[in-house]
Amino acid sequence: MSDKTSDAETADLETFRGETRVWLEANCPPEMRKPATSDADVFWGGRNAKFSSEPQRIWFERMRDKGWTVPDWPKEYGGGGLSPAEHKVLRAEMAKMGARPPLSSFGIWMLGPALLKYGNEAQKQEHLPKIAAGLIRWCQGYSEPNAGSDLASLQTRAESDGDDFVITGSKIWTSYANYADWIFCLVRTDSTAKKHDGISFILFDMTSKGVTTKPILLISGYSPFCETFFDNVRVPKSHVVGTVNRGWDVAKYLLQHERAMISGMGERGVGRPLGQIAADSVGTDALGRLDDAMLRGRIASFDVDEAALAACAERAVDLAKAGQAHPAFSSAMKYYGTELNKRRYEILMSAGGVDALEWESERSKQGARPRAWLRTKANSIEGGTTEVMLGIVAKRILDLPGA
Amino acid sequence: MALVLTEEQSMLRDSARGLISDKAPVSHLRSLRDSKDPTGFSKEFWHSFAEMGFAGLLVPEEFGGSGLGYVEAGVVMEEIGRTLMPSPFLATSVVAASALNRGGNAAQKSEYLPKISNGSLLATLAIDEGAKHRPLQTSLQAVRAGNGFRLSGAKALVVDGHVADLLIVAARTAGSAGEREGLTLFLVNPKAKGVAIERTIMVDAHNAARIDLANVEVNADSVLGEVDQGATLLDGVLDIGRGAVASEMVGLSEEVFNRTVEYLKSRKQFGKLIGEFQALQHRAAELYVDIEITRAAVMKALQALDTDVAKAASSVAVAKARAGTTATRAVQEGVQMHGGMGMTDQFDIGFFMKRARVCEELFGDANYHTEQLARARGY
Repeated sequence: MSDKTSDAETADLETFRGETRVWLEANCPPEMRKPATSDADVFWGGRNAKFSSEPQRIWFERMRDKGWTVPDWPKEYGGGGLSPAEHKVLRAEMAKMGARPPLSSFGIWMLGPALLKYGNEAQKQEHLPKIAAGLIRWCQGYSEPNAGSDLASLQTRAESDGDDFVITGSKIWTSYANYADWIFCLVRTDSTAKKHDGISFILFDMTSKGVTTKPILLISGYSPFCETFFDNVRVPKSHVVGTVNRGWDVAKYLLQHERAMISGMGERGVGRPLGQIAADSVGTDALGRLDDAMLRGRIASFDVDEAALAACAERAVDLAKAGQAHPAFSSAMKYYGTELNKRRYEILMSAGGVDALEWESERSKQGARPRAWLRTKANSIEGGTTEVMLGIVAKRILDLPGA
Repeated sequence: MALVLTEEQSMLRDSARGLISDKAPVSHLRSLRDSKDPTGFSKEFWHSFAEMGFAGLLVPEEFGGSGLGYVEAGVVMEEIGRTLMPSPFLATSVVAASALNRGGNAAQKSEYLPKISNGSLLATLAIDEGAKHRPLQTSLQAVRAGNGFRLSGAKALVVDGHVADLLIVAARTAGSAGEREGLTLFLVNPKAKGVAIERTIMVDAHNAARIDLANVEVNADSVLGEVDQGATLLDGVLDIGRGAVASEMVGLSEEVFNRTVEYLKSRKQFGKLIGEFQALQHRAAELYVDIEITRAAVMKALQALDTDVAKAASSVAVAKARAGTTATRAVQEGVQMHGGMGMTDQFDIGFFMKRARVCEELFGDANYHTEQLARARGY
């Protein structure tokens, strides 16, 4: 069934797998082979980045030097130049040893792919290598107080003034805007056009005059999101990605990547299997089964769905590689992945019982579990709500009328 | 291995789909049911199936088969699921052929496998005894007698049991119900003295039978595999069957879903196409995602079976569990969204609901397989 070429490719891939395994084994510090349990365990890069530990620094630098903070980006932009198949192997090998991502960033997950597709050469040269090297931390200026699910109704204005745009308005739910160095932002450059047609996608420095941020305290007690205000912020027109007034295309493309990222959130930072975590707190019966039949059933159903979703995520990548993917499929994955992650945390809260209720104590790592549980409730809202995702599936994939 | 069909597999799918949709659409099942056809499937069509190489799809080429894998068997099963075609493919070509190929000695293989390949022999596995699928609870007794064994007990849900030329019977040669040790598979001639076969007309109008064995004598060379050690062989064969039924359920789910979406696009109420209502759109979208996820899980399981049957158990459990819940949801939404029409016998949707219910019980339902996964993961 396989011809000579694919046999050779398979052999090359196996060589790559072997070499990768050896390299990771030699270079990934043992401390970096445990799941991240707090925000400090995640390295975001940026001008003010600090490493929370020496192993975190070592791991980041070694991976950066190999281009493996962004393994599948072209080498000329600081990437590893890996083929999709090699990238899949690297991910599998990292997952096998439990290696953490060396660098997390919206630059990697969202802006990078959009720049690779829509950016001009100067923009790629300027921004991609700095993302790959963790030098610049990005945030996303999409939602506004009156433009949530209906994102295209956004009102932040960019007025033309010579070679610049002058931007005024406000954004909300800007993740980590208070830590970010630069923002990729949707602005209205034509207020007379139909709502999707007057939007531009623009990049600017968060230290520009007129930018202020204000963290929003959430139910988790954390403030991962901000309100961000622009008061006559002057940005060169050359910072527009793609065509002026065609920013919605860039925005939608980026959203596909954002949705893929969010749907994969449940997979990241996963530690021990739920069944074992529950067994520790709930206890087991004489046969070694969880001493709570209903909880056990919920966990088992969750495990079935999680394994099936993992297969579907793998298939989605393979379909994309084969050119058979539906462009709106990331909405399907986003809907299911986020609902599943909420289920995971409902189970974790049930399993934890009283112990999962502590909000402030050393013992509970300052309420890590209940805070994470509350955080997951945003998963099915951010990046497009579950209801918006289902609407997209109904309209774009199922072609249902009037959706 | 990529989780997409290869070019060859896509061609196989197209030819199976062409043949089945042309010769055996749902109306084929309907007319077999309405005429109370004594065979319950089309022998003529089974012979064309054999000529296409489908009957011996899993049989090695040296025994006249096509020597293909479980992914390919799944491709055919999925097409069968789309039209609900009653066919010996599952019992004979997938389950029995796998049992003989994996457990048979040289003599058994060369006696039976070529006949399966050319479509002249129908065979089936008789496993279930109680109301639910519990393979280790097997209690049909096989006691040593002279040079062979004497079998006594009863089996239910024996697919194609009333037309099979060869029964593969799971029996207990040692130990007691619930134990892995002491299971043995026997090849039994359905015409042998003491075998009583009652065809059961089931809700889905597909073939099944209850079989009673009363002191049925078999000789020693009718043992398939090793005496007392049949559990491992059985595990593998059942997992192969589960993967196949899960594929049928994917085909069934997708077909009923497609028909339902078409209905949403054509039925008008309140002056609108009912597909414009968000309440229905979102339910349809959720169902679509469920089916896509299940399809991937099933494909994953079939690939795992092709890689190593002995290591595929967890993937298969996930696949069969998902296929069960997805198909159940798909047929229920199908009937509900078709409204009153969905309740009529004249409309085909009900056939899908009935077949899904039987597929769910075949080789273990979603609860059974979810439980298996929990045990495998040690909680």
